[in-house]
Amino acid sequence: MLKIITMTVNGKETELAVDDREALLDTLRNRLGLTSVKRGCEVGECGACTVLVDGEAIDSCIYLTMWAEGKHIMTVEGLKGRNGELSPIQTAFVEEAAVQCGFCTPGLIMSAVEIVGTGKRYSREELKKLISGHLCRCTGYENILNAMERIVEETYRTVNRE
Amino acid sequence: MYDIEKYYQAKDVEDAVRALEEDADAVVISGGSDVLIKIREGKLAGCSLVSIHGIPALEGVRMEADGTIVIGPATTFSHITYDSVIQKYIPALGWAVDQVGGPQIRNIGTIGGNVCNGVTSADSAALLFTLNAVLELTGPKGTREIPVAEFYTGPGRTLREHAEILTAIKITRENYRGFYGHYTKYGKRNAMEIATLGCAVHVKLSADNMRISEFRLGFGVAAPTPIRCFKTEETVKGMAVTDPELYEKIQEGAVSEVTPRSSWRASREFRLQLVRELSVRTAKEAIEKASGGEADA
Amino acid sequence: MGVGSSKNRVDAWEKVTGQAKYTADLMPQNLYTAKVVHSTIANGWVKSFDLEEALKVPGVVKIVTCFDVPDIQFPTPGHPWSVEKAHQDIKDRKLLNRRVRMYGDDIAAVIAEDDIAARRAADKIKVEYEEYPVILDPEASMKEGAPLLHEEKPGNVIAHTSFVLGDGSFEEAACEEGLAVIEKEYRTQPVQHCHIEVPVSYAYMEKGRIVIVTSTQIPHIVRRVVSQALGIPIGQIRVIKPYIGGGFGNKQDVLYEPLNAFLCTQAGGHGVRLELSREETLGCTRVRHAFTWKIKGAVREDGTLVARKYEAYSNQGAYASHAHAIAANAANIFKQLYQDEKVLESDSYTVYTNLMTGGAMRGYGIPQGDFVTECVADDLARAVGMDPLEFRLKNCVKEGYKDPHLGIAFHSYGLKACIEKGREYIRWEEKRKAYENQSGPVRRGVGMAIFNYKTGVYPISLETSSCRMVLNQDGSMQLFMGATEIGQGADTVFTQMAAEITGITEDRIHIETVQDTDTTPFDTGAYASRQTYVSGKAVKKTGELFKQRILEYAAFKLKLPCGDMPLGEEKNAEAGAGASEAAEACAESSAWKRLDIKENQVIDKASGEVLLSLAALAEEALYSLEKSVHITAETTSHCKENSFASGVCFAEVEVDMPVGKIRILDIINVHDSGKLINPSLAKAQVHGGMSMGIGYALSEELLVDEKTGRPLNANLLDYKIPTAMDTPNLHTDFVEMDDPTGPFGNKALGEPPTIPVAPAIRNAVLHATGIAFDSLPLSPQKLVERFMKEGMIGAESGKLKGGETHV
Repeated sequence: MLKIITMTVNGKETELAVDDREALLDTLRNRLGLTSVKRGCEVGECGACTVLVDGEAIDSCIYLTMWAEGKHIMTVEGLKGRNGELSPIQTAFVEEAAVQCGFCTPGLIMSAVEIVGTGKRYSREELKKLISGHLCRCTGYENILNAMERIVEETYRTVNRE
Repeated sequence: MYDIEKYYQAKDVEDAVRALEEDADAVVISGGSDVLIKIREGKLAGCSLVSIHGIPALEGVRMEADGTIVIGPATTFSHITYDSVIQKYIPALGWAVDQVGGPQIRNIGTIGGNVCNGVTSADSAALLFTLNAVLELTGPKGTREIPVAEFYTGPGRTLREHAEILTAIKITRENYRGFYGHYTKYGKRNAMEIATLGCAVHVKLSADNMRISEFRLGFGVAAPTPIRCFKTEETVKGMAVTDPELYEKIQEGAVSEVTPRSSWRASREFRLQLVRELSVRTAKEAIEKASGGEADA
Repeated sequence: MGVGSSKNRVDAWEKVTGQAKYTADLMPQNLYTAKVVHSTIANGWVKSFDLEEALKVPGVVKIVTCFDVPDIQFPTPGHPWSVEKAHQDIKDRKLLNRRVRMYGDDIAAVIAEDDIAARRAADKIKVEYEEYPVILDPEASMKEGAPLLHEEKPGNVIAHTSFVLGDGSFEEAACEEGLAVIEKEYRTQPVQHCHIEVPVSYAYMEKGRIVIVTSTQIPHIVRRVVSQALGIPIGQIRVIKPYIGGGFGNKQDVLYEPLNAFLCTQAGGHGVRLELSREETLGCTRVRHAFTWKIKGAVREDGTLVARKYEAYSNQGAYASHAHAIAANAANIFKQLYQDEKVLESDSYTVYTNLMTGGAMRGYGIPQGDFVTECVADDLARAVGMDPLEFRLKNCVKEGYKDPHLGIAFHSYGLKACIEKGREYIRWEEKRKAYENQSGPVRRGVGMAIFNYKTGVYPISLETSSCRMVLNQDGSMQLFMGATEIGQGADTVFTQMAAEITGITEDRIHIETVQDTDTTPFDTGAYASRQTYVSGKAVKKTGELFKQRILEYAAFKLKLPCGDMPLGEEKNAEAGAGASEAAEACAESSAWKRLDIKENQVIDKASGEVLLSLAALAEEALYSLEKSVHITAETTSHCKENSFASGVCFAEVEVDMPVGKIRILDIINVHDSGKLINPSLAKAQVHGGMSMGIGYALSEELLVDEKTGRPLNANLLDYKIPTAMDTPNLHTDFVEMDDPTGPFGNKALGEPPTIPVAPAIRNAVLHATGIAFDSLPLSPQKLVERFMKEGMIGAESGKLKGGETHV
């Protein structure tokens, strides 16, 4: 059944009609054109569809859109600056060669946003646990972790200077 | 798009109970990480859903005046792990639910869902068993309380009736005070796993830290439902922590009380070996914590 | 700039911003959805369907069954087509099959308006079968009286090949006094590629042609196979490959594109999408072939490898796909990696069974073969009490080796240098000694494995690749490759190569990521480890021609005198009347040879003086009233060379015996891959290969029910590819030597990193525990069962108490 819901997507309040059987993944991709949100398994095993809901990373394939009423949703499309400049996390992924086929990349970046957002310092082993909900077949996670370590450290230093 | 016949979002518990009474085939959905997957794989395709997602009364952790810790069943795993009450009083539970799936699953999966789907592999269940947790169910006839150890009636089956909602998980003060616990999840991978075996221990030592005054041993996947090893617990009660026979007793006792089965995931023999090994490792970990007197209050 | 620099990927921005469009991101709104109906038996015939209930489901457009498809059998592997009939790929499947040969075989398809309607209808289709016994392994399949899977192949054997290298037989050689002889059976398991993007395509008709947009490594081959499968001319088909989320060989097979195209024609040309589920991807596409090896080896006391003899059985599964090419390749590593002093006897069979179809997967049979050669190396070394590293140095392939059958050689040889680098990194001698006499329940060990790998497929198959360069008005370049970017970084290294050759800087080279068979030049696609080598040659050849054409125009524009003497010396020699005709004539002459391009400027080759910007030249070239030229170049490079790459993996592990867990404490791959085009991307590619090798070693295995052939773990929860928590920090190193046959001194790197990892880990476990595990994966249950059997752990092992955790 079609229902009207209101949510804030990448900072913009959005009202739209959705089918109450839709996963947030379907809504973001098909109704809002946010195709960074990738379909990889549909059962929360691969993490390719990860988005932030009120700042927490979730698998949007197993999250009903109806639950997003009043919530803040964030996808990779919301990270770029006004003039198209990349966020520091995105830059770290580019420069550390953490991207290969790119299919897991947007989801991983969204988890990175949640992790970096805590402003805490994490060891490499802790970071491994924090990204363990993402499967990547190209990188062995090595350069992804390098990018994360770099950005976590930069952020920690910035936060602690202030 | 999920093959859902009808979707109803309940406003509160009462509304949910009413909706369930009206639809004898409706399924309760909370975090969704279990129910939605069953819809997709066909087991629940075409079902009607009553959603209790987002009902504030079912979320969060609080401590009552008498020291009872009340966990809202719709609290997500990650919120339990990072909750200050849990971290202070029952950190082993925070640790156990931090072993579920991966971070994104822990951000949506709820402890109530974990308990109510009735599976033996639930990472929270074995640990709740060792805390003598009590489940509060609310239905058309009001509320009732069931000890978690009596809640499971078989694989995927529990005492929860169709129109009942799990409304609280309670752990009384005498069941956590002075206890130190640990949970070991054994999976083939270190993340994104269903337990091949889960082992939970809570232990309380004598005032001089020399003897076991209370020992609780729980397992997941060692039987069709989560279990406690009550006989073993009795055997080791009162033993000195330095007794060379202590861990042998734990090991032998555990093996005699479990009834794991063979499946393509793991053989009975393999699971028995894990019971043998993990019972000792988990107990050691808990006893070490207890001896060190760290963390738990 | 150019080759050898660690440039950022050319597509990284698109990928971190979500703007890179993959197949599913491009789908128009109103497509029909197709859902394949899979058989629920593994062996037999479809007798009939009852579609009545299914057709009643609202939203169903059409149901097509195996009784409705063209009576055409077609091949699927992504090989270049052979014009010789004897070498053509096996044509053994139809779009939908009445003869069911695996659980999940494609027997019908529903076309519907949406997903739910398609799924509901598929569930309501009733099928009547005639059932045969299920055969899951080659031995059973080869038995007399076993049901025949394909009428064309009596005995279910697709192919049997053998060779003998050396004189006499193994038995004769093994008679020598004092030899240590081993006789063993090794097994490798079926695993899956698990690219994170599932196979997905959509097809629609335009101007009477079928357009297929698909996630494939091989667009030009998809086009050919769709033509064969549907029986329509190749010109009627257009294939478009957008960004792709990994392939690893699975998408080097033509999977569901022919069926998608056919369903589109059945829907009157309306667009139809066919997106597989993860479960279908694991259960119904392709897998790495499972193998069984029965092998004997003989070694002299001084460690000389005297002779080996083996029989290999490759489990092909239901359909031929790449068929015997895999087993034949696996056989190569036995003769290429070690040269037996007396004799090597090889027998290889590829056999149909009711398992999932084996296809191409990173390494193409070599990860299986190398597992065996490297287990055998350690087991033989152990038999004579020799250090396995010394055994390898003594017996492994030497510089100057040339394959006696194929003629492939090491044109650059870095294997021993790789071994030395790895030995030093892991501190081999020190750790081999330190871990010698352990007795606790948790033990450590170090192990190693080596490999070699041919770069392209020459001379077994055709190697052809085309490239096109087009000059824009601003002096920048459009670069079109038939070769495909599939995540490995091809577009980035092609851009670097084009910059190196033409002098146009990378920021002004715009490579087209989307391959479209209507517009991109021909290439057979991304497979083997061929692209930087084979397609790199096409970039080099085209770049040279392109640059010549630019410089010819520059010579015209600069009114250079004819001849190729240095500038200045002939100045004004031909000035005066008719100068422009003379200049034009010069364009055809060699005057351009005096010029060069550096950083987007035409310069005087001798002095380095800047004469003209490319931007000015390009604008003039197009808009000149005197001589308008659209400067382009397109060439085909027919590669008739090949070279061996090689390398080594060293692993240090800790085995927690009572629970059967292996923890990798340290691991390094060292590669001899010639010159690196982009060192940073090269390292990244090695990481991914190592991770895949770790999964192969420890946790990955597709399981099927023994009675029914039904897949048991066809999902990413139960099929265990490593998560970040299962992956140790990955170390890489290279021995960079200039390979004279590579376009830029380079040779294979794409597949090799996966190859040596599993045997290195197995050998480390052998070192740690003294137990030789001879089958993959080294799963906890397998370890625990064996340790219990050996009395090393468990209730019966009196010496060990549980829970001890010292080394």
